Amino acid sequence: MSQPPVTETPDEIFAREEEPVDGLHKEEAPPRARGSVLGWMRANLFSSIPNTLVTIACAALLAVAVPPLIQWALVEAVWSAADPAQCRAAEGACWALIEQKHRFILFGLYPFDQHWRPLLAVALFVVAVAVSCHPGFWRPWLAVLWVCTLGICALLMWGGVLGLTFVETERWGGLPLTLILAAVGIVCAFPISIVLALGRRSEMPAVHALSVGFIELIRGVPLISVLFMASVMVPLFLPEGVTVNKLLRALIGIVLFTAAYLAEAVRGGLQSIPRGQFEAADALGLSYWQKTVLIILPQALKIAIPPIVNQFISMFKDTSLVIIIGLFDLLTTAKTALTDPPWRPFYVESYLFAGLIYWAFSFFMSRYSLFLERRLEAGAKRA
Amino acid sequence: MSEGSRPETAPAITLEHVHKWYGSFHVLNDISLTVRRGERVVICGPSGSGKSTLIRCVNGLERHEKGRLIVNATELTPDVRSVERVRRDVGMVFQSFNLFPHLTVLENLVLAPVWVKKMPKAEAQRIALEYLGRVHIPEQANKYPGQLSGGQQQRVAIARALCMQPQIMLFDEPTSALDPEMIKEVLDVMVELAEGGMTMIVVTHEMGFARTVANTMVFMDGGTIVEMAPPETFFTAPSSERTRKFLSQILAH
Ligand SMILES: Nc1ncnc2c1ncn2[C@@H]1O[C@H](COP(=O)(O)OP(=O)(O)O)[C@@H](O)[C@H]1O
Ligand SMILES: [Mg+2]
Repeated sequence: MSQPPVTETPDEIFAREEEPVDGLHKEEAPPRARGSVLGWMRANLFSSIPNTLVTIACAALLAVAVPPLIQWALVEAVWSAADPAQCRAAEGACWALIEQKHRFILFGLYPFDQHWRPLLAVALFVVAVAVSCHPGFWRPWLAVLWVCTLGICALLMWGGVLGLTFVETERWGGLPLTLILAAVGIVCAFPISIVLALGRRSEMPAVHALSVGFIELIRGVPLISVLFMASVMVPLFLPEGVTVNKLLRALIGIVLFTAAYLAEAVRGGLQSIPRGQFEAADALGLSYWQKTVLIILPQALKIAIPPIVNQFISMFKDTSLVIIIGLFDLLTTAKTALTDPPWRPFYVESYLFAGLIYWAFSFFMSRYSLFLERRLEAGAKRA
Repeated sequence: MSEGSRPETAPAITLEHVHKWYGSFHVLNDISLTVRRGERVVICGPSGSGKSTLIRCVNGLERHEKGRLIVNATELTPDVRSVERVRRDVGMVFQSFNLFPHLTVLENLVLAPVWVKKMPKAEAQRIALEYLGRVHIPEQANKYPGQLSGGQQQRVAIARALCMQPQIMLFDEPTSALDPEMIKEVLDVMVELAEGGMTMIVVTHEMGFARTVANTMVFMDGGTIVEMAPPETFFTAPSSERTRKFLSQILAH
């Protein structure tokens, strides 16, 4: 028999022997990761033959793809030009298109001289989101802050008071529209989805059937058709002469659709709560709602954070489907910017610009959900 | 402790010809049992004999389907209010502790008094700390359950039930999920509770504990009560062959 390899340094062995001095032992530091960049590369990139092959393949791929990309996007790009002819003469990307059209892409048909209003609204919204991200600020005043923020945003967008000219929702577009659709969609769909998920698990047959029926109906059809139905059918149910504007109809469609999907994510969380939690709450005499709100939902929603955020992200991008009912969201404005014939060849740049904005928001949601998971995990360590 | 002698007090729990089925499986078959105030009943029996189902019927976690079940003068009926009424007087401790992992120990303890009994929070906390002291872990109040050992968690679970100031306590194999070295710390707390005069039904196979605490021993098998006797008779001269066999198995190790 061969000797087992020595994996511990003398220092580590010494540290281990020193430890069990009852209650008085010194805090042992974890063993230091040894070595340098080279050591790290050996351990992570070239630890085995397959790993080495994958590393080499990836490096080759990067070597082929990255230099031309840099060449196109940066070195030979035209950053600024009033005349699209300059772009056509150049080999690289035509960022001049963004320079010329960014205001239309960002704000759509909103009156040009009033663009500061949607800009300010978006900025306020982003600040409010940023503030809400900090768990230290989860206090009652945050709700007040949100009511105020949304009120001011609505005021800015609509106007009609305080000397601001009135801008009807038909002219809203671009980023503010996308954010409104996503934010209102998330905020309204989330509570509905919780009610649906609870309903689906309810022992009351009517509640159960209604929830299952709704969820399965909505999940069985594409978002486009839900939007279309919301746009065509909602007016049919209303008394003559009452009109619901396009934006509201789109919102109703998005909220219903998102709620149905979110409900399934929430149900997954509810299902993973052990039966003992329900029984302990029952045995203590808590009512159904006390049990649900105080015991079950906090645990279930925490477990369901990844699928819930996944749904948020997917819904954020799906808002681009509102083009079907004639709303100018961010993706549509990026496309419409190209209807100006001389600029038409540069669609890649326009879509990249819009894509980058979508990506920034989605990436933020994804990272924040990771942060939240870890944070909540640290709060309540499970056995 | 007046071991063995049944108190001559009013009945706290009465089961009259109680039956229950899971589908076609007759899990409780004609159970009749009276537990008097201050009495300690220990139930033992092989796995699957219906012990858990029986004590879970007492606080309405399971519903009996035939016969009468009266707890603290309230009969358990299909009316949910009867269940609510009974649960106010009955505390329960589970095999798997079932503490709320997202709440600290103190929050676990004050939750029900504040929300069910509408007790002011400060008073609930005072009571909670008092009971944490009684189960010998006053220093753990601000930890989360996941940071405690099994024995500590079970003692918190006992304290949580006691914070509702119940008149009756049910224990369903409270030490079965514990490592051997932690069993005693939980049993000690239960003995102290018994000495304080609490009415208790305990499902357990800890026969040493049963001898110390029980007024009445019950042996269940196949959904029926096979034997019911004071501990001295139960352990020395059981009348049924099945009881004798079970006891010899369980006392063998
Ligand atoms: N919810 C249930 N549905 C169907 N069968 C059950 C259910 N709960 C328990 N049982 C069955 O009833 C029998 C008695 O269970 P239980 O009261 O837990 O026994 P014990 O606690 O004595 O081990 C077991 O055979 C068990 O499989
Ligand atoms: Mg059991």
